[in-house]
Amino acid sequence: MDTFVQQLINGLTIGAIYALLALGYTMVYGILRLINFAHGDIYMVGAFVGYFLSFQLGFAAGPSLVGLGIVLVGSMIISALVGMAIERFAYRPIRKYARMTTLITAIGVSLLIENLFVARLGAAPRAFPQLLQEQSYTLFGNAAISKSQILIFVVSIALMLLLQYIIFKTKVGTAMRAVSFNLNSAKLMGINTDVIISVTFALGSALAAAGGVLTAQYNPQIDPLMGIITGLKAFVAAVLGGIGNIPGAVLGGLLIGLAETFVVGYGQNVGVPTTFRDAVAFAILILVLLFRPTGLLGSTVQEKV
Amino acid sequence: MPTLLKRVVVALIIIIVLVALNQYMGDEGLFGFGVPPYYARIIILAAINVMLAVSLNLITGFTGQFSIGHAGFMAVGAYASAYMTVYHAQAWERALAGMVGETVAHALIFVLAITVGGIVAGLAGLLVGIPSLRLRGDYLAIVTLGFAEIIRIVILNIDKVGGATGFSVPGYTNFLWVGIFAILTVIVVYNIVHSDMGRALISIREDELAAEAMGINTTRYKVVSFVISSAMAGMAGVLFAHYTRFLSTNDFQFIRSFEIIIMIVLGGMGSLTGAVFGAIVVTLLPELLRQLPGDFSQYRLVVYSALLIIIMLTRPQGVLGTREFGLSWLKRSRRRPEGTEAVGGTAGVPIAEKPAIDSAKEVKNQ
Repeated sequence: MDTFVQQLINGLTIGAIYALLALGYTMVYGILRLINFAHGDIYMVGAFVGYFLSFQLGFAAGPSLVGLGIVLVGSMIISALVGMAIERFAYRPIRKYARMTTLITAIGVSLLIENLFVARLGAAPRAFPQLLQEQSYTLFGNAAISKSQILIFVVSIALMLLLQYIIFKTKVGTAMRAVSFNLNSAKLMGINTDVIISVTFALGSALAAAGGVLTAQYNPQIDPLMGIITGLKAFVAAVLGGIGNIPGAVLGGLLIGLAETFVVGYGQNVGVPTTFRDAVAFAILILVLLFRPTGLLGSTVQEKV
Repeated sequence: MPTLLKRVVVALIIIIVLVALNQYMGDEGLFGFGVPPYYARIIILAAINVMLAVSLNLITGFTGQFSIGHAGFMAVGAYASAYMTVYHAQAWERALAGMVGETVAHALIFVLAITVGGIVAGLAGLLVGIPSLRLRGDYLAIVTLGFAEIIRIVILNIDKVGGATGFSVPGYTNFLWVGIFAILTVIVVYNIVHSDMGRALISIREDELAAEAMGINTTRYKVVSFVISSAMAGMAGVLFAHYTRFLSTNDFQFIRSFEIIIMIVLGGMGSLTGAVFGAIVVTLLPELLRQLPGDFSQYRLVVYSALLIIIMLTRPQGVLGTREFGLSWLKRSRRRPEGTEAVGGTAGVPIAEKPAIDSAKEVKNQ
């Protein structure tokens, strides 16, 4: 039982990170019908920006909560700018082309970011400075929750609430929903769709960057290729929840995180080796798509001739 | 001259040329001339990539079903055949050598390995294709990616084929094998595309609902082209495995599938010659970029990915679009005045397939 609670906590921690990333995928897909393959790399960029900020601003020396806050926000802002730049220079010119073209461009952007970072910084992992005094608290007897896990829960829930507020209570959010409903009609209603798409990328990238910095606190190893598999799984999470659906992305992220942790924790008891950790997300994805192609919370779209 | 005889003669000439080239590229060289092993390696890998790109083009370029799982089928073919050649082939080859001589036995065993790889990969394609091909567009892309990744992880957990440590495989492949199979792949795909089935596939690409309304069994055609495509990828995997002599599941990560997609997108989806061109360029480009002076060579992959984006931004339909490069194409483009391109100007994937079909007719009429 204790280990079950422990697995639950660990699973939700990873799941929260996936959820943060899945939100970016789902927002961009909802608006542009584009799988933004570079999103996982923004998560990596966020972690690296956080890394360099902590050294530049002198927070790497010792743990400080203020430092962590500044690094987190700084990384989110810079990554949001990177995301906007990617949209402006790579995705906007090809928005009207076939889906395949945009998908390949997204793959190209992803490869470009990865290769640029590998060429500049090397592929070797780096240790992210600990900005948080690590400490564990005991829960329910033997299960432990660390400070960084609490941080991940608090920050990700806060960000998700903030996003919910932006999307449903502000003018920009209304415009975003309008654009995702129908881009051309939104344009006719006087919405500057280019700006709204830019804002969407900025929001998604900021969330991904936050995910990157938070992960780096929990597991302080960062490398230029860390975004690939995490990004893919987060995308799977977005599809699982119903792509284009905000609560679905969060639900999908948490489910993928839990499934992964339980496979590692209990899989061996039923003959599933821990190396299937990365496969489980895809297996879930395939099952969901085959039996409920719109995802858990997605609505069915009737195809018109 | 009767067509059959003509074909046999052409085939013989091609094989003789390939044998000569093979000798030229081998360790001994031809009449004292030879190719450095580095270049020979690039050429052989390019030919394997041609097989992969042309086979993926059948399902993605001609049928319009976006698959990001081609590397998975390549892996299935590679590992299935490697299992055979490592654990069983030596004994069989010795037994056969007594009957038909060593060279023939060696060749027969490799043909068997390629067949096994193709069949197993085709079966994997069938298993993956039947459920997945009900999905469309991005969903299909993601499911194929997922399947490929699962295939890779399953192979990683089979200790008999090395697992995470890798798998040493005997070397069978040389340029002759790769050349023959690359040409065969192109011929088979060309014939499929220019047959009734090809018309059905292209109609599915253009409009699946309309194709279904015209009485085409879309599911069946999609699955069949997926299976053929996977089987060919499996054969390419066999050749790859027995050329590199070492298999690691890292060779078959999804980045590999991306690479194959890049080849066909670069050359132009729905163009056979485009796929061949794309495969050669994608193989050569990173190697050519190695020649960049000094510090720049570490940026070669950066340049490579930047080029990919630039090509997509400037010529999204690929270098050839759906056109075919060939003699009739040259003739026609000379006939046509400047600035009146037939198709493919506006959308990423052009609608019309006319030029390819026209050129096919012209070839037949000659």
